[in-house]
Amino acid sequence: MANHSSTHPAHVQHHFVDSEQQFDSAKMGMWVFIVNEVLFFGGLFCAYIVFRTWYPDLFTQAATQLDTFWGAVNTVVLIGSSLTVAMAIRSAQKNQQRGLEINLLITIALACVFLVIKYFEYSHKIHIGILPGAENYTFEGIDHPLAHVFFGIYYIMTGVHGLHVIVGIGLMLWIYFRARKGEFGSEYYTPVEITGLYWHLVDLIWIFLFPLLYLIE
Amino acid sequence: MGRLFDFMLPEAKSPTADSTDALFHFINEVSLVLLLGITIAIIYFAVKYRRRSKDDKTPVITHNNALEVTWSVIPLMLTLVIFWWGYTGWLNLRAVPDDAYEVKVTGFKWAWNFEYENGAVSPNELHVPAGRPIKLVMISRDVLHSFYVPEYRVKHDVIPNRYTYVWFEAEEPGESQVYCTEYCGTSHSMMLAKVIVHEPEEFNTWLATANIPGSGTPVEQGKALVETNACQSCHSLDGSDLIGPSFKGIWGREELMSDGTTITVDENYIRESILNPGAKIVDGYQNQMASYQGLLDDDQIDAIIEYLKTLE
Amino acid sequence: MATAEATTKTLKVQRFKPSENPTNTYLTDEKGVWAWMTTVDHKKIGIMYLVAVAFFFALGGFLAIALRTKLLTGASIDFIDADAYNQLFTLHGAIMVFFVLVPSIPAALGNFIMPMQLGAKDVAFPRLNLASFYIYVVGAIFTFIALALNGLDTGWTFYTPYSTESGSSVIWVTTGVFILGFSSILTGTNFITTIHKLRAPGITWSKLPLNIWALYATSVIQVLATPVLAITLLLLIMERWLGIGIFDPAMGGDPVLFQHFFWFYSHPAVYIMIVPGFGIISEVISTFSKKTVFGYWAIALSSLAIAFIGFLVWGHHMFTSGQSAVATTVFSFLTFLVGIPTGIKIFNWVATLYKGSIKMDTPMLYVFIFLFLFSIGGFTGIMLGTLSVNIHLHDTYYVVAHFHYVMMGGTLIALLAGLHYWWPKMTGKMYNERLGKVSAVLIFIGFNVTFLPQFVMGSQGMPRRYYNYIDQFAPFHQTSTIGSYILGVGFLIMLYYLLHSLFRGEKAPANPWGSRALEWQATSPPDFHNFGHTPVVIHGPYDYHQPMEEFQLGIAVDTNGHGKDTHVEPDDPELDKWKNYSLG
Repeated sequence: MANHSSTHPAHVQHHFVDSEQQFDSAKMGMWVFIVNEVLFFGGLFCAYIVFRTWYPDLFTQAATQLDTFWGAVNTVVLIGSSLTVAMAIRSAQKNQQRGLEINLLITIALACVFLVIKYFEYSHKIHIGILPGAENYTFEGIDHPLAHVFFGIYYIMTGVHGLHVIVGIGLMLWIYFRARKGEFGSEYYTPVEITGLYWHLVDLIWIFLFPLLYLIE
Repeated sequence: MGRLFDFMLPEAKSPTADSTDALFHFINEVSLVLLLGITIAIIYFAVKYRRRSKDDKTPVITHNNALEVTWSVIPLMLTLVIFWWGYTGWLNLRAVPDDAYEVKVTGFKWAWNFEYENGAVSPNELHVPAGRPIKLVMISRDVLHSFYVPEYRVKHDVIPNRYTYVWFEAEEPGESQVYCTEYCGTSHSMMLAKVIVHEPEEFNTWLATANIPGSGTPVEQGKALVETNACQSCHSLDGSDLIGPSFKGIWGREELMSDGTTITVDENYIRESILNPGAKIVDGYQNQMASYQGLLDDDQIDAIIEYLKTLE
Repeated sequence: MATAEATTKTLKVQRFKPSENPTNTYLTDEKGVWAWMTTVDHKKIGIMYLVAVAFFFALGGFLAIALRTKLLTGASIDFIDADAYNQLFTLHGAIMVFFVLVPSIPAALGNFIMPMQLGAKDVAFPRLNLASFYIYVVGAIFTFIALALNGLDTGWTFYTPYSTESGSSVIWVTTGVFILGFSSILTGTNFITTIHKLRAPGITWSKLPLNIWALYATSVIQVLATPVLAITLLLLIMERWLGIGIFDPAMGGDPVLFQHFFWFYSHPAVYIMIVPGFGIISEVISTFSKKTVFGYWAIALSSLAIAFIGFLVWGHHMFTSGQSAVATTVFSFLTFLVGIPTGIKIFNWVATLYKGSIKMDTPMLYVFIFLFLFSIGGFTGIMLGTLSVNIHLHDTYYVVAHFHYVMMGGTLIALLAGLHYWWPKMTGKMYNERLGKVSAVLIFIGFNVTFLPQFVMGSQGMPRRYYNYIDQFAPFHQTSTIGSYILGVGFLIMLYYLLHSLFRGEKAPANPWGSRALEWQATSPPDFHNFGHTPVVIHGPYDYHQPMEEFQLGIAVDTNGHGKDTHVEPDDPELDKWKNYSLG
């Protein structure tokens, strides 16, 4: 690639020397952004750890209100979507246009399934009075004065994660429509690759959230 | 003791202040020497090596490891000494002597209350005996505050959900200024108090005659309640205009409300204004007061009303 | 891939002397407001940041003058009541920290200069760069909405529980700062990638200008610390909106926890503000001494050391807050360690002057002012890091004076040094040198008259954020206020001569200071693509013993700015043969 002389492919932006430099830059940028995301959620995990250390009883009691079964289903759904997004990248690298499109669509569908399950979980809680905030919280099934704090943390962590899922769906729809126009192939698949990286991160964060929130004994 | 930077510090009135002051002077003096060294070097180089022509040639001096080590290790040593010195001084500030006399401190917007062993309370005046360690056990009723006495070189934040403490020992009878040093809103800068140091005998006399809440005539009780709750920090007693309407002549006064109605101040209006301050706001003032629901009981509110009646 | 073929290719390197009369510059290219607003050119974006930062600096400065004017008297006055005063100092702090100091050097000057120093055409993600600017603007709009509603009176630190119960528009401002944080994060991400991936042939890590090292360290802190601020503000917003019970003791939370979260960002943020200043100082001091920087690696690596240790010292803001004794001790100890690399820098800069050829133009004057003021800031920092002394000085005017010596005497003075240094490059015009010096001297005097008395009254016990004060402190406050007026005059003079130079200034030559750094080998102002060629670098940026011609090498490109030859890796062995080449 280093010798691809003055012919400049259309996908290479003017300030890059060649496709390889552009790909490396995009990938590195995404990794740096992922580090930033890890610290963003790291702050939330910190709050979680602090309160769990202060009130271990609260966490074991309150976690019983979370539905482990549906949490586990969601975990499987997200891991599955991580697999399909990886397959989408692979398809792009191998110039398999159809595989790329189908895998992207499956990923988007799985992400939607995740959100639907999350919606039912939230609405059940809201129905029985588990709302975020000391004043809104009316549920009486947990015998702990700070029960609302646990669910405050729960709602923020899963809410911010859910927001990332929604952003991910938006990104993948965008990639999907570009893919349908035939923009990606073995020469150029950078956006597919970095969106995939992002999606793996979203998946990974859930893999931490699930045991920390649902599986406390 | 004739140190160069003596002018910077207030008089020291607690034994733990000596170590702090000595270190303060030491750091200042070392810093001054270094600062002068750097400044003189810069000026000397700037003059000596000023540009003489456009074609000046300069030598290629890239680095010198011996120098780098020198100016890393010497400051490191100095700072380690300073760290250790400051650390030991600080340990003394945190280690309360066993025989310390304890006073309970409550900080709230915007005043201090000091409560003694016999239940006596003195608002904005901390009375202590000279020559005996004093431990203050402090808590806040609302936001963060910080208890600071410059002359004792002590300070600690006062927070709502846990007790914090400071200790000091006043050597001589006299007065010292107390400040709140954690920003707490409108009248943060008025949240002042005095430490009044008595001879030990005199202190006992003072304590015996000090106001114990719930004693005295209703008017006396009301006056004490107004003082301990720092009502006068927003409602002046002399008619001047502060955050809220003045208490002077309030009883029976006709007030124009912000909604345009007029109200004559009576028992019910005062009671409502204490328990639900936002219900009726006098025109020209903001809704700023917090409710005293749960902090004052009916008898106390009656006492305050009796006291307000006397302020003509 | 590149290495296998590198042995067979030859580089057609030739000399490109910058034209003194460029007809086609980034300013003549794409004219008009719309072109500016939609530009992805890092230079134009840098200028837009500069204008925005200057606007906020003027606003923050005006607030400072207003509150200093109030402090002429310790009594209450009608014109500015206690609540208005509390808003003044809060907004002064919040605007200066979040809207001026954080973006000033990296986003404004850094954006303009960094790609040029790397010999790149732009930053790695130009559209993201423009997006960062607009995110900054949106953050600013939120803050203005807050001003139009109830203002902000919590202090820039937003300490709970005051901030959860204050009647002012806390949610609007925190949302604004939250949004602003993403501008900072994305700029940092962009810069790190650019520095790694877009260096011109020959710019190895050991030939990076120290300004780039400083921006690199800054970007790392931005990426690692800012997300934690974002999450802290998000939790604070939730606390205030819903009462989730993390920071507010009335709901079961802990206010000291908020302070930990807040300072975990806000202490490294101090380094986000000051480290890029270090970069400018290194550049200017070398150029105006015409001499290689003394201790290149000591200065470069100490920036990274500061970035690293800077993450471990946040607790020194909390010695009196009620954090554990062990934490307090460890934080004090680490605070001293972070002082050492800072000291090393100062010594290396002073040593750079030795046997130099020193020219005292305005940028260099600012460097000298920086060295003096920042040293004082550093020494008083040691004082505040000391446990027993900190107990006495915490939250007094001593702290106020200390961070103004660091932030204004350090960052802002460095920014002014950089602004004057690169002004001819950015605008193509020379400013009035005599007025430049007059204004620098006025700023130096005004600054010291303002803040030296604050050290004294702070040590005497004057607490910060006080609307009223007792008579004892009146002379100090009044002197300080007079100093702030002198400062104001200094800045007005600067505003005058800089604006004057834009319209009436002399045309600047390509390299007015005779610097060897790469950005000065472009025309003034630069071409849209920065260089009309791909620069090739064989010497370090401070190699004043090498002839100027050898700093003007490059590979020809076609009219679209694309390389005619090949992608050359920065450490390509082909470049070696140019090292001893001399041009006739």
